[in-house]
Amino acid sequence: MGAAFLTLLKRDLTLAMRRRSDWLNPLVFFVIVVSLFPLGIGPDGSLLSEIAPGVIWVAALLATLLALDGLFRDDFDDGSIEQLLLSPQPLPVLVLAKILTHWLISGLPLVLLSPLLALLLQLKLQALPTLLGSLVLGTLSLSLIGAIGAALTVGLRRGGVLLPLLVLPLFIPVLIFGSSSVAAAATGFPVSAQLSLLGGLFFLALALAPWAAAAALRISAES
Amino acid sequence: MFRWFHKLASTKNFYRLAEIMTPLLAVACALLIGVGLYQGLFVAPTDYEQGESYRIIYVHVPSAWMSMFIYMVMAFCSLLFLVWKMKLADIVAEVSAPLGASFTFLALVTGSLWGKPMWGTWWEWDARLTSELILLFIYIGYMALRSSIENKSSAARAAAILALVGVVNIPIIHYSVEWWNTLHQPASITKLGKPSIHISMLIPLLLMALGFTLFYFVTMLLKTRNVILEREVNSAWVRERIKEDRL
Repeated sequence: MGAAFLTLLKRDLTLAMRRRSDWLNPLVFFVIVVSLFPLGIGPDGSLLSEIAPGVIWVAALLATLLALDGLFRDDFDDGSIEQLLLSPQPLPVLVLAKILTHWLISGLPLVLLSPLLALLLQLKLQALPTLLGSLVLGTLSLSLIGAIGAALTVGLRRGGVLLPLLVLPLFIPVLIFGSSSVAAAATGFPVSAQLSLLGGLFFLALALAPWAAAAALRISAES
Repeated sequence: MFRWFHKLASTKNFYRLAEIMTPLLAVACALLIGVGLYQGLFVAPTDYEQGESYRIIYVHVPSAWMSMFIYMVMAFCSLLFLVWKMKLADIVAEVSAPLGASFTFLALVTGSLWGKPMWGTWWEWDARLTSELILLFIYIGYMALRSSIENKSSAARAAAILALVGVVNIPIIHYSVEWWNTLHQPASITKLGKPSIHISMLIPLLLMALGFTLFYFVTMLLKTRNVILEREVNSAWVRERIKEDRL
């Protein structure tokens, strides 16, 4: 089981590395969306630093969503998903490997790039550790929850349009706790409550999402 | 008990039962809503703080209750369908979604109408209104998923999974929105004491809530009958009924 997990992880990462646009495009999207806000609102530094937590979080959420559609799509089109379904390994574990790959190529780069964007929006430096921590926990949860939606829509020709409709309402708690933790850190308040809740959401998603996504994947593959 | 359950679950028997139940429930529903509206709009005393405009709660609160109750029905039916492959449960979930979305929409509109004289704005990011809005999004997503999968049996199962994912998430969303709200809400907007409602105002509210529930059951049964006929148009009993012209 562990070996299958690692093999799948390695294969998916290799594939992702060979198609750079898959993980680079959402990242560029993230940067562009964030830099649109000063252009739309005005270069007023104090206003920007006030809205920075929300803007960075919403942009990260949208960038995750952008990468989500490709989570199962290529494997579904070339038939690899059917091989996974037929394999004797438990499907939720294999799905978890795919989710982890998705996070490594879309969530992790977002986290690493976020200090730069925090700088652009003049977020206070003291909020930086919280920003990184909340984004790590939050984007992991987003990848897990989003995988359910991706699995439900992978068989549809126009699944990409439907996917945001299904998963965005489910992303709301992560967004609320993520952005409010950063906002609290920027004003010097303690953030352990928000981060604990984000951690709780992550573990809940980790416990349930792979099973739901696996069941959804079976349905999509049968139709 | 189980045999009775099994018998009810067959679409033919359910259709017959629904045929008998619909007119009875419809009469009861009309009575309850009629009396409730009369009591609520004419008999119940005027609120000393909110004046007459509080009377919109007789539509608003039952709609909000129904919006959540119907989602619970949908989630329960989805579970029945996924675990026991009960076709009837899938039909009930399918026809309930638009009804639930309508009640949610009604709750939002009446909430906003109430907000204008109370808060001075049509929309306030109040915790309860915001959760209702998100619930509406969830209903819309459910209906969109169901209608975009062409294969009927996989559409039903995919929608059932989504309904169950939603039912895990709705309490989380509700409490996170409430928490977010208390964090951001300026203290100037006072929340109205909910439980301190006088009995003369409460009774019409309960009548309306019961009436709305029955209204949901009547429309749900009517629509379920339609879908049963549509899905089983090739079965012997439906053909016989068509021939005898009693549907």
